[in-house]
Amino acid sequence: MVELTLPKNSKIKKGKTWNPPPKDAEKNRWREYKVYRYDPDTEENPRVDTYWVDTADCGPMVLDALLWIKNNVDSTLTFRRSCREGVCGSCSMNIDGTNTLACTMHADDARHNLIAIYPLPHMPVVKDLVPDLTHFYAQHRSVEPWLQTDSPTPGKEWKQSREEREELDGLYECILCACCTTSCPSYWWNGDKYLGPATLLQAYRWINDSRDEHTGERLDDLEDPFKLYRCRTILNCTKSCPKGLNPAKSIASIRALMVERGE
Amino acid sequence: MNDQSPNAPSVNGRAYPLIDHKYDVVVIGAGGAGLRAVVGCSEAGLRTACITKVFPTRSHTVAAQGGIAASLGNMHPDDWRWHMYDTVKGSDWLGDQDAIEYLCRHAPQAVYELEHWGMPFSRTDDGTILQRAFGGMSIDFGKGQAMRTCAAADRTGHAMLHTMYGQALRHSADFFIEYFAIDLIMDAEGVCRGVVALDLQDGTLHRYQAKQVILATGGYGRAFFSCTSAHICTGDGNAMVLRAGLPLQDMEFVQFHPTGVYGAGVLITEGARGEGGFLTNGEGERFMERYAPTAKDLASRDVVSRAITIEIREGRGGGPNKEHVFLNLSHLEPKMLAERLPGISESARIFSGVDVTREAIPVLPTVHYNMGGIPTNMHGEVIRPTADDPDALMPGLMAVGEAACTSVHGANRLGSNSLIDLVVFGRAAAQRCAEIAGDGASMPDLPKDAGQNAIERLDRLRYADGDIPTAQLRLKMQKTMQNDCAVFRTEETLQAGVDGIKAVWEEAKDVKVTDRSLVWNTDLVETLEFDNLICQAAVTVNGALNREESRGAHAREDYPKRDDENWMKHTLAWGDFDTHEVKLGYRPVHSYTLSNEIAYIEPKERVY
Repeated sequence: MVELTLPKNSKIKKGKTWNPPPKDAEKNRWREYKVYRYDPDTEENPRVDTYWVDTADCGPMVLDALLWIKNNVDSTLTFRRSCREGVCGSCSMNIDGTNTLACTMHADDARHNLIAIYPLPHMPVVKDLVPDLTHFYAQHRSVEPWLQTDSPTPGKEWKQSREEREELDGLYECILCACCTTSCPSYWWNGDKYLGPATLLQAYRWINDSRDEHTGERLDDLEDPFKLYRCRTILNCTKSCPKGLNPAKSIASIRALMVERGE
Repeated sequence: MNDQSPNAPSVNGRAYPLIDHKYDVVVIGAGGAGLRAVVGCSEAGLRTACITKVFPTRSHTVAAQGGIAASLGNMHPDDWRWHMYDTVKGSDWLGDQDAIEYLCRHAPQAVYELEHWGMPFSRTDDGTILQRAFGGMSIDFGKGQAMRTCAAADRTGHAMLHTMYGQALRHSADFFIEYFAIDLIMDAEGVCRGVVALDLQDGTLHRYQAKQVILATGGYGRAFFSCTSAHICTGDGNAMVLRAGLPLQDMEFVQFHPTGVYGAGVLITEGARGEGGFLTNGEGERFMERYAPTAKDLASRDVVSRAITIEIREGRGGGPNKEHVFLNLSHLEPKMLAERLPGISESARIFSGVDVTREAIPVLPTVHYNMGGIPTNMHGEVIRPTADDPDALMPGLMAVGEAACTSVHGANRLGSNSLIDLVVFGRAAAQRCAEIAGDGASMPDLPKDAGQNAIERLDRLRYADGDIPTAQLRLKMQKTMQNDCAVFRTEETLQAGVDGIKAVWEEAKDVKVTDRSLVWNTDLVETLEFDNLICQAAVTVNGALNREESRGAHAREDYPKRDDENWMKHTLAWGDFDTHEVKLGYRPVHSYTLSNEIAYIEPKERVY
């Protein structure tokens, strides 16, 4: 049996409790949050701090709770956020054990009363809940996510039937939040070479676009033991996608195309 | 291109080493307008950088839903002149008609370009781009409802931004992602020479020298308490312009979108009404028929927002506190809802627990868009009016998108005219850069102390050690704007707003920042953003108090009529950062078109 030990400096320590709820607080009014903290400017190990959120004074979403903490308790707490309606993909993080968007997750839907929040798993952490997504973005770029054609460009639009356009539904809606990719154990091990579910879904979005004329080249580029074939159909990706997309199916579809053209 | 500057400036005894960069063009912002400018500049062979505080696909363009207007004529015969007429009327005649002509003429080509780049538009049975009905869009100069708004379901902004990001990747522009622009670099002659930005990831400071700086920094919806705008919509470019001593234009015109989700403030597209949805009050009445007998629910946004506000004020709201009205979609085919309005169906479920196939969505007018901004001409060049020339240019600086006031939206923007604004004027700015920022243009060395202003600003706020946390000041500002600069305005509320905002601006001297670090210091970034917002709030509410008429989104109960004789002019507003006073001036509206293919559209009463 292999035993793995984390390097000393990445062991997570117990942090501090910032604001215990008032002694006479109504029952169930204050909710406990445990939040991963890491400060790159100190030599200290990461820690998990405890905050209590007054649910009577705070919106229903987990992002509301984080903002409540930042505005009322600890302005140093660091996380990404922008649209707060589930379309920009900024506030992806690991909440209550699942990768999701803080802005569209109701705190009441958490499985536990105490909500634990960590950065997206297995990515380098820049600070607190902010992971470094540079490599993720570079992989997305590597599939050349733009329309590629050789025919002369028409004066108006390329024609596409409604059925052909429907083929893009469930693909083009990806918001690049990285919830799926960072939930994939295969990506955790081989993320340097395996493209991961988000990027492969994006690749399939262009492969499956009736207007694109470079399907062959796109498939050639993915024909590689690592880029595509490290998917082990674990399906964490599909389970975690906050937009309800199915990256695992996209990966299976690309593989099917590989088989078809090999025959 | 990168080298450590030998003369690292220092502030308060602390050294801030600068990493220097030189480009032909630096674009600040990577939303629709910024990315279109980046693509255009790169295609023209210009050395181009794009600085953005969020990863490009997280810019607020991503949240645009309903569509992008262009007279393609896929659903019925259409004409750019009809689009132009609607835009002029929508603007309540405050828009510059030469710029509006430019927008509407170039709109179809801009949409085809997006399609050629791969944008996944919804389709008609003929396989062409689907166009839907939107408020204020008409056929044949007001003779009937037009279907002119090109849509990718109700995720048009998302589809567009991701497509444009892909296109930008094909080119050689350098992206500086998660860099926060602190301030412009202006030289002694008043020419813009570059910008200083903070790299959030590692806390380093970067000084960009450029022949042209393009501000594509978006609007400042976050000056208000309840807005559809993202947290990042803090108008950073507008504020940089104010700090540079330049005016902003028409800032009193703030659009309230009729249908923000009650409580959460998230947007429900006007396309929902375009596809057949309608509004009812608490008594179940389709009240829009009383306010806009012809266009009804598809009247212009300012008209619908005022109608809703009156319904609620007169006690006909819905819900336990009668605080909202209802948007009804349940009579529509579930299949159509799934195909054309999937995004808002999801938003309604998540944010108000409503199944749109069965129930109505509680909605409320919510701050959505800033018609005002940095005054520019139709090439995106920033205007710095002089006594002799109201259209005098400010060398080295451009602005595009919501940050700019070109002015195509005038006093009220039509739905789906903002996305087209982004791409048409993003492209126009890039074309202008190709003419004036290429190899022929020189780039003299920066003055030795270039960027000192930005570093001083950063250092002052980084070590701000007052008593009031940023969040408290921001909330006070937002509540003041929400209460006193709302859908309906009076001298009394606006005067309270002017005083209230000035008080917050003065209090801001006592701001407290806790996080002193430089790596991903969001406490500091939010403080820089608040510092950007407060001066914009001040010019907005001062402009509103000053404008004694009702026009478009600016509705004065004490001056209920439009007054073309006295107020057919753009407001200019300068901020004084020492006294926290606002100085106001004016610029004439362009009363001419671009070509002789359409005559100036004379002002008349605006009825829907």
